Amino acid sequence: MATPMLRWCCPGRRWIFAGIGGGSRHGRGVPTGSTSSGKRGQSSVAQQPLITAQKPRKGEREWAAVVGLEIHAQIASNSKLFSGSQVDFAAPPNSLVSFFDASLPGTLPVLNRRCVEAAVMTGLALDCHINRKSLFDRKHYFYADLPAGYQITQQRLPIAVNGSLAYSVCVGQRWSQMVTRTVGVKQIQLEQDSGKSLHDNLRSQTLIDLNRAGVGLLEVVLEPDMSCGEEAAAAIRELQLILQALGTSQANMAEGQLRVDANISVHHPGEPLGVRTEVKNLNSARFLAKAIDYEIQRQISELENGGKILNETRSFDYKLGCTVPMRDKEGKQDYRFMPEPNLPPLLLYDSGSLPTGADPQQVIDIDQLREQLPELPRVTREKLVRQYGMRPEHSFALLNEVGLLEFFQNVMKETRAEPKKVTSWVLNTFLGFLKQQNLAVSESPVTPSALAELLDLLDRKAISSSAAKQVFEELWRSKGKTPAQMVAEKQLELMQDAEALELLCRSTLETHPQVVTDVKKGNPRAINKLIGLVRRATLGRADPTVIKEVLERQLSS
Amino acid sequence: MLGRTLREVSAALKQGQVTPTELCQRCLSLIKKTKFLNAYITVSEEVALKQAEESEKRYKKGLSLGDLDGIPVAVKDNFSTAGIETTCASNMLKGYVPPYNATVVQKLLDQGALLMGKTNLDEFAMGSGSTDGIFGPVKNPWSYSKQYREKRKQKSHGENEDSDWLITGGSSGGSAAAVSAFTCFAALGSDTGGSTRNPAAHCGVVGLKPSYGLVSRHGLIPLVNSMDVPGTLTRCVDDAATVLGILAGHDPKDSTTIQDPVKPFTLPSLTDVSKLCIGIPKEYLTPALSSEVRSLWSKAANLFESEGAKVIEVSLPHTSYSIVCYHVLCTSEVASNMARFDGLEYGHRCDTDVSTEAMYAATRREGFNDVVRERILSGNFFLLKENYENYFVKAQKVRRLIARDFVNVFNSGVDVLLTPTTLSEAVPHTEFIREDNRTRSAQNDIFTQAVNMAGLPAVSVPMALSSQGLPIGLQFIGRAFCDQQLLTVAKWFEKRVQFPVIQLQELMDDCSSIFENEKLASVSLK
Repeated sequence: MATPMLRWCCPGRRWIFAGIGGGSRHGRGVPTGSTSSGKRGQSSVAQQPLITAQKPRKGEREWAAVVGLEIHAQIASNSKLFSGSQVDFAAPPNSLVSFFDASLPGTLPVLNRRCVEAAVMTGLALDCHINRKSLFDRKHYFYADLPAGYQITQQRLPIAVNGSLAYSVCVGQRWSQMVTRTVGVKQIQLEQDSGKSLHDNLRSQTLIDLNRAGVGLLEVVLEPDMSCGEEAAAAIRELQLILQALGTSQANMAEGQLRVDANISVHHPGEPLGVRTEVKNLNSARFLAKAIDYEIQRQISELENGGKILNETRSFDYKLGCTVPMRDKEGKQDYRFMPEPNLPPLLLYDSGSLPTGADPQQVIDIDQLREQLPELPRVTREKLVRQYGMRPEHSFALLNEVGLLEFFQNVMKETRAEPKKVTSWVLNTFLGFLKQQNLAVSESPVTPSALAELLDLLDRKAISSSAAKQVFEELWRSKGKTPAQMVAEKQLELMQDAEALELLCRSTLETHPQVVTDVKKGNPRAINKLIGLVRRATLGRADPTVIKEVLERQLSS
Repeated sequence: MLGRTLREVSAALKQGQVTPTELCQRCLSLIKKTKFLNAYITVSEEVALKQAEESEKRYKKGLSLGDLDGIPVAVKDNFSTAGIETTCASNMLKGYVPPYNATVVQKLLDQGALLMGKTNLDEFAMGSGSTDGIFGPVKNPWSYSKQYREKRKQKSHGENEDSDWLITGGSSGGSAAAVSAFTCFAALGSDTGGSTRNPAAHCGVVGLKPSYGLVSRHGLIPLVNSMDVPGTLTRCVDDAATVLGILAGHDPKDSTTIQDPVKPFTLPSLTDVSKLCIGIPKEYLTPALSSEVRSLWSKAANLFESEGAKVIEVSLPHTSYSIVCYHVLCTSEVASNMARFDGLEYGHRCDTDVSTEAMYAATRREGFNDVVRERILSGNFFLLKENYENYFVKAQKVRRLIARDFVNVFNSGVDVLLTPTTLSEAVPHTEFIREDNRTRSAQNDIFTQAVNMAGLPAVSVPMALSSQGLPIGLQFIGRAFCDQQLLTVAKWFEKRVQFPVIQLQELMDDCSSIFENEKLASVSLK
């Protein structure tokens, strides 16, 4: 597998991809790096060198960066992981709090089947081994929004392990230079979310909202197989698409349904791994990439200036574009893990091991869930490439926007235009308009049918592509009219009268003898000038390829 | 009427010999008279009277809800009761009124039982004397019995009798005293290391610890989740079976309860014990065991043997590790379970508001007694990353060995184990408090604790009075989920030994009507 080569552009702002090297990826090894203990927990993550900085300046040694990610995805379920309280992010504070969520003494956790299914489906989608038996543990720390004083998680034996996530990154400045990389999925564990603390500094008080307390989370731990912000962002983006396709999480980073912590260290290749820092508070893929690249730079500068990297938790300040140490009031944490005694081991079955006569409500059949898995983004993209001869990067682009693929497919259903043409219109024109006005696909004023009709007009050469653009703009502005009506109103249809075109061409040749001479002298650009002149004369209603044909015929006769 | 068993009084209610309201009022009046026992923390007089009224209406319509309809019961104050203060005998929960009922409480109420009140205990059930709660110690009703007083007079050295009252044992001492002093017909206790069986033995009542997983813990404020079991304190074994039949069964709110449906427990009257194999664990013969208990134990073994049962000596080789193993596991879970008491959502909160951390610290310092704080400290020590393997994991391994000891013995053909429940009869409070809570707990739980680690059912049945006139109980331990078999054997034993009823007439002269025309409680089994 290819290893990307990075070069540090001093003292610039970011890493630049310099090309694809030939080094091979190391296998997932034993952790040799230092371990850290962040405020809210940390699974031990193996780190190994991946990236070699290329062409160091004289006297400098190259650096390699190692990035691992921990992702918390809120499970899309009606009720919480261990209680019957509803999950709803818009509810008034403390309105969705059961006795268990408030940790009233004597209450006990009852595992939500839907959350287990979500974890299994996510595990299957990420090629994980699903543990037939997994366990729950208590992780202790005092925090105002953690009413029990501990979080129930799966520290010893998580529900899924040893998976992988394939994602693509571009290695050049263009989309076409995409390569697929794989990051190991160390484990997926089920755990509870905490509540929210709102600090009122004016009145120096903290307000607690327990609506989120106990909501099910999937903690996905990615192996430190990444080496820069862009890789991390691409991996997260792919994970997001997978979770959304599965319906196991809405995975919206801005709304906190997908939270990413990054573990970052740098070292000299061939030497032991460096001390790592953990960066939190990353609420978009873009900031994730920025924060990681900043942190790599910071660590290198720190070390090159004779400094030391502290094993600490840092927060990304998106306004300043840098990471800053988080004030950790409680100092070094010992979470005093302990088995959760109120939950028996979580047992999962497959069609072979399903106990006979078992109540289907009480057992989960992994094979059954596997059959129900929806199509994953990777497969959808492959299909698009195969079915429509689409370029891979276009298939990525279609999946990247919620609803865009569906829009594309609806246009395809109704138009005779070439897939390539449709792709280009959807990705360039249509998406461009959406972005410009910051609209979602579902908010578009142009329907798939309208676009399909427009592309049909274009396809049967009823209008030119520039006229089509004009119609599209009109469609965007005024709903309710069909493309055909627009074309008629604005008289945008192409000239179908061949005789008239012949006449126009002839008169153009006659009025521009100099250009004709140039053509005859062999100036290849001269013909374009003539085409342009004819087009102008037709008010843009003639097809340039037809004009060219006519002109060439007349010139050679 | 109050001296009767649950089954008898239930029959009396059905026949109209007494109404639920009469019964309730008599119990309430006796609760007031025996207030000095300190058995109750909260007396829910109004609630009970209202429940009695409703029960009475049902009886009038002939629509009784079952065997418990109209029958006064008491509940240990570590079970959540909706609308009734639940304190765990701790400052931390003083004033805490749960918004929900523990499943076992709800089940009793669904049967029409009258909730007389919440009974006293050691703070958060940590203790074996019922002496270490914020409401003060529970006094053993036997301290005031005719049987004990007469013996005391014989060898009186002129000591002040009132200052020499006896402890009930614990931590469910309030519940044991409440049943023993006839203020209710059955009471709920909780049993983590012997907390139901120990006071039952000292108070001369039947104390049942069901199999772990048979009875829901939802709403029981936990001590050690993996060992806690709601227990029952009753006047006889049949009553224990009746109450267990009501409490047992799967609870969707407690994932550790068994899924299989549970049938009501009715106990056959054994006539033939010749097919029984009784095991006598040799490790339970410790030097600390009083000679009187030892001789009653062998007498009991002989009784079985003489009636044709096979009685064999068995070995539970890891018994001696049980105390230290329990200490590690118990304190670790305590440390974890007590983390929720931070003063934020409920319970005590200190006045400090310098910072959240300072508030936590002061709240917990003020809210918990020394025993609880010591256990939290030890538990957190055992759970530290550097200690976890050496303490917690090792203790879990030892726990498995202890549980396996029992499995081996039962696999070898033993049906039921017969052991002492306590080292001796109840001791005077003055003597009891010479040792600290930890030492006492370690001493007093030695026969009962291992059972909790193995999740087995066990029952303490009063056998006889000691030379001092105090009750001594013996313990039967059964196979997991063979609670019915265990109780059947216990019932046979109970019938043979004819344990005498407590005589409290002298103490309660003015309510002699209570005991009029009463038969002895424990000989009423037909």
